[in-house]
Amino acid sequence: MDITSLTIPELRQKLASGEVKPCEVVDQLASRVKAVDPKLKAYLHLDIEKSRAEADAAKTDLPLGGIPIAIKDVINVKGDPCTCASKILQGYVAPYDATVITKLREAGAVLFGRTNMDEFAMGSSTENSSWGATRNPWDLERIPGGSSGGSAAAVGGHEAFAALGTDTGGSIRQPAALCSCVGLKPTYGRVSRYGLVAFASSLDQIGTFTKTVEEAALLLEIIAGHDPHDNTSIDRPVPKYTKSLGQGVKGLKLGVPKEYFIEGIDPEVEKAVRTAIEEYKKQGAEIVEVSLPHTQYAVAVYYIIATAEASANLARFDGVRYGKRADKAKDILDMYGRTRAEGFGAEVKRRIILGTYVLSSGYYDAYYNRAQKVRQMIAEDFRLAFKQCDALLTPTSPTAAFKIGERTADPLQMYLADIFTIAVNLAGICGVSIPCGFTSNKLPIGLQIIGPKWGEETMLRVAHAYEQATPWHKEKPPL
Amino acid sequence: MASPASHSESIDVTYVADLARLKLSAEEVATFQKQLGDVLGYVSQLKEVDVSHVSLLGDADLKNRLRPDELKPSLPVTEALANAPKQDNNLFVVPKMVE
Repeated sequence: MDITSLTIPELRQKLASGEVKPCEVVDQLASRVKAVDPKLKAYLHLDIEKSRAEADAAKTDLPLGGIPIAIKDVINVKGDPCTCASKILQGYVAPYDATVITKLREAGAVLFGRTNMDEFAMGSSTENSSWGATRNPWDLERIPGGSSGGSAAAVGGHEAFAALGTDTGGSIRQPAALCSCVGLKPTYGRVSRYGLVAFASSLDQIGTFTKTVEEAALLLEIIAGHDPHDNTSIDRPVPKYTKSLGQGVKGLKLGVPKEYFIEGIDPEVEKAVRTAIEEYKKQGAEIVEVSLPHTQYAVAVYYIIATAEASANLARFDGVRYGKRADKAKDILDMYGRTRAEGFGAEVKRRIILGTYVLSSGYYDAYYNRAQKVRQMIAEDFRLAFKQCDALLTPTSPTAAFKIGERTADPLQMYLADIFTIAVNLAGICGVSIPCGFTSNKLPIGLQIIGPKWGEETMLRVAHAYEQATPWHKEKPPL
Repeated sequence: MASPASHSESIDVTYVADLARLKLSAEEVATFQKQLGDVLGYVSQLKEVDVSHVSLLGDADLKNRLRPDELKPSLPVTEALANAPKQDNNLFVVPKMVE
């Protein structure tokens, strides 16, 4: 029996009944990785013996007892490498567990592998990894999306049951859409960022990749909550998200923002999303058109604020405390300058320069301050929209997966891949991408459901209602 | 959809890279000059937004958190130093910076 295509609840049942043992789960998953990962290149690091030892000690009565979870290479797991897919962190071994890892361990999970990503989570295709690009399980000539492309390809390719990722401008939702999995970005402050290597601290949030909405709800219950080690995590009770599922959408108002259906969106993507909206109508939801008038500015605001924060956050990589150091430095400035030049890839350098520029003397008000104000206007757009509806329905990405190499020469074209996901991070609200069909080339299409701050319960309920009525999440890529 | 850069803006990449402690090659400077000029051209669309009525509010959910000032275990020195490229005598070693 092939267990790698099972969902977590199905696997839990088999573990509880003793039909399979946790170490067999690890072994079968390892075999699947051996068979498909040479094609997908989703994993950067695997320690099967370590995972097997964790599985042997797993308590199967815990909520994730014996369930292997893959981790994006930007989250610290004690004793494992954490390179952020950057040469500057080659050889780094994490000295402590991130809070999300502690919580997964407490829930009985088995940690399984480190997944590929764009260097320091900067990118939309996973081509910016210093260790080579990950491939899309539905078409190996195409990108899996990014920056959490390794996590998305691993779950989409059934070589992980679930994975953690991070989402700063769409880095969970966009790859989830492109690899046909469920990608959840929680509200800013819902999940602790302690132990996550920071990219843009006012936007970063840890979230999940799963095959189904129920699993996303289950994982969020486990990783959410206040953490004294992260003062931006908010002290609010964590609801039982799995309990909010299965109530249908009758009586709910779902908003369709007209600014998200624009010139440039792939007609097949638009058609799939419009058909999904019809399905909600059929199920008894009321569909209302809403307006988010400042949508067109989101990408511009993002590339000022995210790069500004990145330029400050990445100042810590200077060859002193961890990672690589350039040889034979003349003096300390030479050591900093050459260490960073040798250690960072092109996209990271571009963003550090842009971020340094927009914060530099004489430009701060024109760029950074203005961007913060427009950001607030974008957040206000959402606040007003959620007075008229319970959740929003949009495409996740304007196109299906593009070809490897297609956009690498033009950073701006790459940035526009996140045009529908970025505003959610700027507003600090939550979003989830779920499978909603395929193009004629059999490439996955994602539906994005956006909820207000702390609106995960309703958002996941809406996502679940569509998923249960459609077959997309059950399809397996031809690997 | 927001259109790609309608125009390019100038940025002194060499000067900014020096501020960011990045030693770039001449090719990198030339490539970034063009690419970042395009990105700045794109983001300059924010100039058309009237922000005169906006005063920044910050995050309403974030509050100061106070805690008792108590001693708690933290990362041991050996572990904190374990990833250092160069260390000696429980300290990070760096090239000389003061004459």
